[in-house]
Amino acid sequence: MALLDVTDLEIAVAAGGKLLPVVRGVSFAIEENETLGIVGESGCGKSLTSLAIMGLLEGSQVRITGGSIQFDGRELTTLSAEDRRAIMGDQMAMIFQEPMTSLNPVYRIGDQIVETLRQHRDMTKGQARDRAIELLDLVRIPEPTRRVDSFPHQMSGGQRQRVMIAMALACDPKLLIADEPTTALDVTVQKEVLDLMADLQTRTGTAIVLISHDLGVIAETCDKVAVMYRGKIAEAATTRELFSNMSHPYTRGLLNSIPVVDHDVEWLEAIPGRVPTIDEVLPGCAFHPRCPLAEDRCNAEDPAPRDVANGHAVRCHFAGGAA
Amino acid sequence: MLVYTIKRLLALIPTLLAASILVFLFIHLIPGDPASILLGDTATPEDVAALTREMGLDQPIWKQYLLWLSNVLQGDLGTSVFFREPVLSVIGDGAETSILLATMTMFWIVLFGIPIGILSATKHGTWVDQMTSGGAMLFASVPTFWLGLYLILIFSVGLGWFPSSGFPSVSDDGGLANLRYLILPSLTLAAPNAALIIRLVRASMLDVSREDHVRTARAKGLHPAKVAIKHVFRNALIAVAAAFGFTFAALVSEAVVTETVFSLPGIGRLVVQSILRRDYPVIQGVILVIVVLYMIINLLVDLAYARLDPRVSLK
Repeated sequence: MALLDVTDLEIAVAAGGKLLPVVRGVSFAIEENETLGIVGESGCGKSLTSLAIMGLLEGSQVRITGGSIQFDGRELTTLSAEDRRAIMGDQMAMIFQEPMTSLNPVYRIGDQIVETLRQHRDMTKGQARDRAIELLDLVRIPEPTRRVDSFPHQMSGGQRQRVMIAMALACDPKLLIADEPTTALDVTVQKEVLDLMADLQTRTGTAIVLISHDLGVIAETCDKVAVMYRGKIAEAATTRELFSNMSHPYTRGLLNSIPVVDHDVEWLEAIPGRVPTIDEVLPGCAFHPRCPLAEDRCNAEDPAPRDVANGHAVRCHFAGGAA
Repeated sequence: MLVYTIKRLLALIPTLLAASILVFLFIHLIPGDPASILLGDTATPEDVAALTREMGLDQPIWKQYLLWLSNVLQGDLGTSVFFREPVLSVIGDGAETSILLATMTMFWIVLFGIPIGILSATKHGTWVDQMTSGGAMLFASVPTFWLGLYLILIFSVGLGWFPSSGFPSVSDDGGLANLRYLILPSLTLAAPNAALIIRLVRASMLDVSREDHVRTARAKGLHPAKVAIKHVFRNALIAVAAAFGFTFAALVSEAVVTETVFSLPGIGRLVVQSILRRDYPVIQGVILVIVVLYMIINLLVDLAYARLDPRVSLK
């Protein structure tokens, strides 16, 4: 049984008395020690999926309307709020896109790590502080015994993201969800943070769900990839399989829009058109208005996922050659 | 922090000078002169002229000001024209009432303003929030004299729970029980200010609760009440602390009305009566005291601000 098993997840936004579906029939699984990348444009539902797994949708306009999230043998969608909180920050932790604003500005970083520890572990203040210093050392913050008393505004973005990682790892979570953890960072710092996460994974065996819009980041760090488009998984495979055999026109479009450094090109390829807004109802394949391969059939019939290779599923009528 | 405090206290001096000049000029713009008001309708012009000369009011205004200023610098605020007593002791008589009234008022503002504001923010959008926000709006809009009169009508005249006017000193018979004289006036004064604090606490908490670090706190698995107090309210408090400086200014002006409605022997009523009597030395003295207090309170607010927000550095 997988550590995290998401099946047919449906998420909707309540707006004007209606429920607008934003995530539809999303399924994936992840084992210990594995990294799953979820990639897609803004608004494709990747962040909402991660917030749903973490349990952070409560109190917002967004809710889970169907499907199941099994974590470590427990069904999360029916768990009480209290039981959910016992898992959050302990067995499951999350780091966010904006390191500059994700830490509370009025508390010292050490105290913020201590708070997580004391929430889930029976520790004295002194023990928790010692552990916080260890964690800061683990995420390679220089002079951790001194920095433990720093306030967030006294640190750089990269350092703050390391603190977020230290805080997330405080209770040795089985699953770490990272929502665009490097997007707001400089390229050199990005690489350091990604290396750090990979390194910590080898040590602790934590499973990681990495949300990104950057196929490059995904290629470098993930074992498996799910490409999301408009609330659905368009294509899912192991990273090696996906990059050697891209089958969905959207995935190919994403890859083509990455600049290649040693090619001198006048224009960068872009996917034509725009992402439809959530209240637009589209018959057929959600990608067909922007798809170079689209035919009449795509307009009428939503393709079901089909396997083009072992463990490589694609939602496209043309996948695997047969139309 | 110490250097900053000293700098700020030194900055008091030019502000006080400017304030005293303004007050001096404004008082002399008011028509009517103290000598004729003091002597009454039956006074002969000769008597009035004699008294005017005695009080030094026949001198040019800049001379009067310099004389007053040099006395103030020696710690002498002058003598009340009406009471024939040193201004300092006249102010001292009103100070007990005003200080106790202000303290009780602040107590109510904190007691009601902050918890109700937190409740309103955490129950945001529900009927609880609508009730408290509506109530706060009502109390913020009602004039203090009207509220004071209604409280007297209900709780003094109707129910007979509290006295309707006056305030014997706590050192007189009755001791601390005399504080009951101040309950209705302090509630009257507190109502509009507590209402503003409720709205401010609510608004800042809602602002803070949308910030990313609150999501981080929730992701730690903390109880929602702990997130609301330790993370949301703690950050909202920065804006609320700043508002207490303004609240003090509002209290000073509203105290004038409230002390009149409840016939309290406080400094607020003293100012009003002194203006009516053209008792120049008292008006100047009281306003000087209020300016000093106001600036000290604002200094305290700024110091608190630096304590509450580590990003603020005092230079």
